Amino acid sequence: MNPLQFLTDARVVIVAGKGGVGKTTVTAVLARAAIDQGLRVLVVELDGKPALANLVGPDIPCLALTPPAALAEYLETHGLGRVARRLATTGVIEVVATAAPGIDDIVVLGKIKQLEQTGQYDLIVVDGPAAGHAITFLMAPVNLLKLVRGGPIHSQATDVAGLLTDVSRSQVILVTLPETTPVNEVIETADALKKEGGLRLGPAVVNAFDAGEDLPVDRAPEGTPLRAAAEFRNARRGLHRRESKRLAKTLDLPHICLPLITSAALDADSIKQLAEELGASS
Amino acid sequence: MSDLDDLISTADVVVCCGSGGVGKTTTAAALGLQAAHNGRRCVVVTIDPAKRLADALGVPGRLTNDPIRLTVEGSGELWALMLDTATTFDGLVVANAINEQQATRILANPFYRNIAGSLGGTQEYMAAERLLALHLDKRFDLVIVDTPPTRNALDFLDAPKTLSRFLDHPVFKLMMMPTRRGLRVLSVAAQPILRQIGKVIGTEVLADALAFFQALEGMETGFRNRADDVIKLLHGDRTKFVLIASPRTDTIDEAIYFADRLEEKDLAVGAIIVNRATPDFGKPEGKQPRRIADAALYDNQAQLHALAVGEREHVAPLVADTGRKPTWVPLLPGDVHDLDALDTIRSLLFTGSATAEASR
Repeated sequence: MNPLQFLTDARVVIVAGKGGVGKTTVTAVLARAAIDQGLRVLVVELDGKPALANLVGPDIPCLALTPPAALAEYLETHGLGRVARRLATTGVIEVVATAAPGIDDIVVLGKIKQLEQTGQYDLIVVDGPAAGHAITFLMAPVNLLKLVRGGPIHSQATDVAGLLTDVSRSQVILVTLPETTPVNEVIETADALKKEGGLRLGPAVVNAFDAGEDLPVDRAPEGTPLRAAAEFRNARRGLHRRESKRLAKTLDLPHICLPLITSAALDADSIKQLAEELGASS
Repeated sequence: MSDLDDLISTADVVVCCGSGGVGKTTTAAALGLQAAHNGRRCVVVTIDPAKRLADALGVPGRLTNDPIRLTVEGSGELWALMLDTATTFDGLVVANAINEQQATRILANPFYRNIAGSLGGTQEYMAAERLLALHLDKRFDLVIVDTPPTRNALDFLDAPKTLSRFLDHPVFKLMMMPTRRGLRVLSVAAQPILRQIGKVIGTEVLADALAFFQALEGMETGFRNRADDVIKLLHGDRTKFVLIASPRTDTIDEAIYFADRLEEKDLAVGAIIVNRATPDFGKPEGKQPRRIADAALYDNQAQLHALAVGEREHVAPLVADTGRKPTWVPLLPGDVHDLDALDTIRSLLFTGSATAEASR
């Protein structure tokens, strides 16, 4: 079976996970793997991280979305341009945001929905919001619908909820590291998202997995740095194996491992390499 | 005396900041452990809703909004709590309300209920508020706070000012107008700018919001004074910021950005900690052996050495920017999720910092 089959299951892929687990790396790898398969790909980033564009390379369009810009555009295209300009000039945008929490997430998701509807792309990979906010972000439409009962934002939230809960249109890819705490956290997040219901969870990605056989420690003389280095590496690999096994056992989702990059810097070349390995593994 | 020893013995407030996944929570707990060892009465506050701090401290289940005292060695005390934004906000409202009726009216407002726990920025503001409350609490002489990832941590510093700015905002003033002029919510909602806002968010939400702001009448001064006190505390001589990073370019960039913002605000960076550093076992001796098994051992040591050298290069700009020597904590063979592992981190940070430094 093609391990990248899931990339064609839905047109929107939202990459989510706690800070430091490598969401941006995974976003870049998935985008690269998809373009290698001949798909028309768009990368969307929400964090203002310039690093992402460098990682994906010049041949994949990369769009940065910010809530204020998305809100202004939304109002403009819905015949509320005057409001938009007024909001911008008087700086009351934060008052609007205060009055309806989650509104900034809605307009951003709304923009993603609009891009999806153009049919211009086979796959839109979204580098999800920063640490911990994934659940808030993904649940924003549902929560806002409880609060706002009419008006354009209500219909926008309805549309966005439609995108997020349609399993043929979008899926969420959770990213983690093969270590105890990140694995606990991804299990908690997956449970929370399942409980809220409606979202499709794609395969979980275990990032920076240090694969490889155990080193023959006994061949190194005791007390030498050679031996200490081997013991350290074996311990880390053991931890990675144990934790990814535990993840597979606990989480009812397929999972994909991305190997640890042992070169000092992560760049577009390492992304290419990771994407190729991902496509080749099965 | 190292930066960290100095910090733990003299500071009243320690704020840990850095981007996600760099080990902020664990570091905050390890600093608290050392403070208790040294005889201080320390409370560690986390705003991470994950069980991380509870796990690291060996607390069964989750931490609560009220400090729990932990059993630790040494003559001091270690307490821990997890910030509950909504409960803290409720407490602030009750403390500042003119009378019980006003408090009840606000606490029951649907708009308030919605923003109290979930509104972006509220969490940061409440963290700052709680920090002040704990600082004033006679039970503790050191408060250690673990902040959310960098971008939000900056909001944490700005939160008290944001509130003041909001209270001074013309739209807020407009919303507050009715009680002063004896107008009702509906007539205020008819103001052109508010009508337009109502068009976007829906009129019910706007009405709830207006009712909330009107219910705040008379409490602004209390809020504002409190916010000023928080700002004063953050700028105090005995408040120190600890920058935490891992040796990767992205977290170092964030740490530098944060160091710059702190300097801009005239806030003191007390120490820098680099967590999760690849241990350096040095260059392997001689040439790569012929036998495959021996070559694997040789290559492993060379690989780890190359990684460690690369990491030192990544961290160099942060050292240059801040002029401070970081304390390095090596990546451990296992994960830190119990009190023993936390104690290992503590001794690496303090007593063992020399060894960690020497191994690099």
